[in-house]
Amino acid sequence: MHGLVNRAIQCFVTDLHGGEAWHDVARSAGLDSPGFDAMLSHDPALTRRVLDAVGQVLSRPEAEVLEDIGTYLVSHPNVGALRRLLRFGGENFVDFLHSLDDLRDRARLAVSDLDLPELELHDHAADRFSLRCLTGPPYRTDAPMVGFGHVMMGVLRAMADDYGALVLLDHSGSGAGCEMIEIRLIERAFSTGRRFELGQRVG
Amino acid sequence: MAGQGAQGTTGATVLCGADGIGQAEGLRAVLDVLCPMHLVIDTAGDVIHAGPTLTRLRPAGGLLGLPFLQIFDVDRPRGVRSVADLMQPERGTLRLVFRDSPHTSFKGCLVPMGEGAVLNLSFGMSILEALKDYALSSSDFAPTDMTVEMLYLAEAKSAAIEESRKLNLRLRGAMVAVEAQALTDTLTGLANRRALEQRLTRLERAHGGFALMHLDLDRFKAVNDRLGHAAGDHVLRHVAQVLSEEIRIGDTAARLGGDEFVLLFPALQDPAQLQGIAGRIIDRLCQPIPHGAAQCLISCSVGIVVSGDYTPPDIGRMMADADRALYQAKHEGRGCYRFFRP
Repeated sequence: MHGLVNRAIQCFVTDLHGGEAWHDVARSAGLDSPGFDAMLSHDPALTRRVLDAVGQVLSRPEAEVLEDIGTYLVSHPNVGALRRLLRFGGENFVDFLHSLDDLRDRARLAVSDLDLPELELHDHAADRFSLRCLTGPPYRTDAPMVGFGHVMMGVLRAMADDYGALVLLDHSGSGAGCEMIEIRLIERAFSTGRRFELGQRVG
Repeated sequence: MAGQGAQGTTGATVLCGADGIGQAEGLRAVLDVLCPMHLVIDTAGDVIHAGPTLTRLRPAGGLLGLPFLQIFDVDRPRGVRSVADLMQPERGTLRLVFRDSPHTSFKGCLVPMGEGAVLNLSFGMSILEALKDYALSSSDFAPTDMTVEMLYLAEAKSAAIEESRKLNLRLRGAMVAVEAQALTDTLTGLANRRALEQRLTRLERAHGGFALMHLDLDRFKAVNDRLGHAAGDHVLRHVAQVLSEEIRIGDTAARLGGDEFVLLFPALQDPAQLQGIAGRIIDRLCQPIPHGAAQCLISCSVGIVVSGDYTPPDIGRMMADADRALYQAKHEGRGCYRFFRP
């Protein structure tokens, strides 16, 4: 598994629950070193062990933990880079939803060995969408990322907030390697959202 | 948004023909969407239309009705003084700069149309400057323009490089720690033989000369045999402590292995001072060293050389001579020091 994924889990635990909690996770998962390096790869089984340990230490179901990780990745000040990168996807929340089809390619352009699950957005009506996350076999056999749909739930929730849109999300379960998220757009401009200029960081 | 904000309806002379006016307006609406940074000039070289993004860049200065060459400096092609110069064929890519602040520079492409011309502009490599000067968003660029993707990539890559940089820093920290370990005698924390050789090489070339003391413990083997290796290790750590306390900052205390030690004193060759140091070390090491209930009794013999006796200083010879002086001290009763004079 790419180090960025493991590092994201570590930062989530450390930033929101403290270094002590991460220490417990690392011990419970039997990690050799106290932290992950974002740019090195690790055995996928290790990520599984870490997620199990996070669930135990925080006493929370995995789906909730994963969704919180998604929200954290977009909304926590320590990881502001990702929010901006996602905002490049579109001018408004619907544009952003459509850009998710390219998320995997976009991620790979940035970090060539980061292999995220394929995402497919389907339009059912102007305000109804579904997002298919191809996270397990037969779509991904080498490095399944089952549960990534829950992470995307958190990402979508936080990005809707960022764009000022009001949405209802439902993870309608997984089957045959695919997780499905139902998206209902209640209000496109529910709040003003956060400003996004192309040039905030560059230069 | 691209597609809105088209300005002005004058200057339809650019297009000729019966439907000239209607065609010109239709074309402008198309260009406003496809090339939001284009402008149209007439025969006289005045701007008669500008795309919505270019218009947004000059809220105060304006564009419409102004002579093109009053708004822009033409950097390339060189020597453009009139619109007629601009209209020459084979003009290649234009390089333009706003005459007034913030002097944004552009790449441009000119296509003659009717009796005037259409110019499409882009920021080119000045995009990063432009982002600082103007609040640009993706709607300022045509949907097919790769600028936004390029900016995404630039930002994503710098985030990735930043992560790599942090990794490099951590690795360098680890490397420094490993190197420090590689130069340290693990039992005593003194410099090891490798560190000693490095420092000697540096001293060989240094001004001011240096002194070298070679120390060997007396009766150390007896401590090891009688009280065990734990006691021996304890004694060695005690010796290291004493040596560290008796030398100056900048001097080096090294353990060569076993019960052999070397001290280096940069810029010190005065025999009286060296005698003082050797004497104090020997005095302190002759004191019984408690280990549990037992007392470890050792002493120490010392051979001393100074680099001023050698021209040029030769480390191999100095080490050998210090060793000879040390054995002389051993022969002459132990617990004493001897200078070697070549």
